Amino acid sequence: MMALSKKILEQEPGDIELLLPWHAAGTLSARDARRVEEALASDPDLARQYAVIREEYAETIDLNESLGAPSVRAIQNLFAAIDAEPAQEARTSFNLSARISSFFASLSPRALAWSAGVGAVVLLLQAGVIGAVLIQGANYQMASLSTGEHEVVEQAPPRALVRFAADARMADITALLETYQASIIGGAKGGMFRLQFGDKPVTEQEATNLLNRLQGEKIVSLAVATP
Amino acid sequence: MQVLYGRHHVRVFRFGLRLVRDEQVAEDLISEVFLDVWRQAGKFEGRSAVSTWLLAITRFKALSALRRRKDVELKDEAALAIEDTSDDPEVAVQKKDTGQVLRKCLTALSQDHREIIDLVYYHEKSVEDVAEIVGIPENTVKTRLFYARKKLAELLKAAGVERGWP
Repeated sequence: MMALSKKILEQEPGDIELLLPWHAAGTLSARDARRVEEALASDPDLARQYAVIREEYAETIDLNESLGAPSVRAIQNLFAAIDAEPAQEARTSFNLSARISSFFASLSPRALAWSAGVGAVVLLLQAGVIGAVLIQGANYQMASLSTGEHEVVEQAPPRALVRFAADARMADITALLETYQASIIGGAKGGMFRLQFGDKPVTEQEATNLLNRLQGEKIVSLAVATP
Repeated sequence: MQVLYGRHHVRVFRFGLRLVRDEQVAEDLISEVFLDVWRQAGKFEGRSAVSTWLLAITRFKALSALRRRKDVELKDEAALAIEDTSDDPEVAVQKKDTGQVLRKCLTALSQDHREIIDLVYYHEKSVEDVAEIVGIPENTVKTRLFYARKKLAELLKAAGVERGWP
């Protein structure tokens, strides 16, 4: 019995051995990382296993990266579903900037490091969304105070209903939104997204030029002006 | 929402796809996940990273989708057939590329083993984060990954790849 227990114990992985995968991924605390480093330096078997883990780590990343990205259908479905929830939308739209701030406040340094490559884009988009929400709020107030609808329309930034090409990837759409300083403010009824460009009103000529430029984009199959 | 979506949708999609093994279902999953986020953003307490929260929701929804699809076990069995292909000349060629065989074996692991390997290696989640996402104690996280790696080594051995561990 004792011999059996000893054998089982010998087969059980040690504490440090169990931590090796996290060491390879760089997600251990400084203290644990130091313990693992010391053990690796003095134990050739452990070092051999760590080399195997490094290989698994690299191939797992390769495998996942090869899976590609979802098509635009996913975001269309998402916005269609959000649009189908009018009561929820009304409630949440006013809190959107606060919620986004709360989300970003909760991001860990590692999560932020993850997306360092797209950090600039994200910041621009975040500014766009918050700007759009604030302006929407402002328009609400103006609409309730002003006597004519015309006045509100003139002061709104340009907006368009846009249908993206079927093969457009999210990365392309994100890049386009950045280029045009645009935010998605609604969609996707009939596959059309409602975009707002910037946060300032523009002249009629500027709006036409912007729409023409947008219509010329490879990933845009249709763009029409909308209030 | 678009900021959050832009930042996380690819990883959420890939995590879901590795669990459900069907692109259409994985795309439906991410729409459902972000819709839930839209509905429940107020409930997010910030105790963990947003990505951890998203992956936990994705996992829950993926498992629900798997339960709805009875045929998934058949697909898992088909993937495991890699062990029986030792005489296939194509596999013999693949044996020269350890990386490729390793990736095939990673695909052939059980759902429990696939998810823990992905969470640690690809999503770079700590022991604590994985415990939260999968809903198991931290010690179980460590041992489950160890046995996932052992199973991977067995699959590799069956495919003719010896790596000197275990």
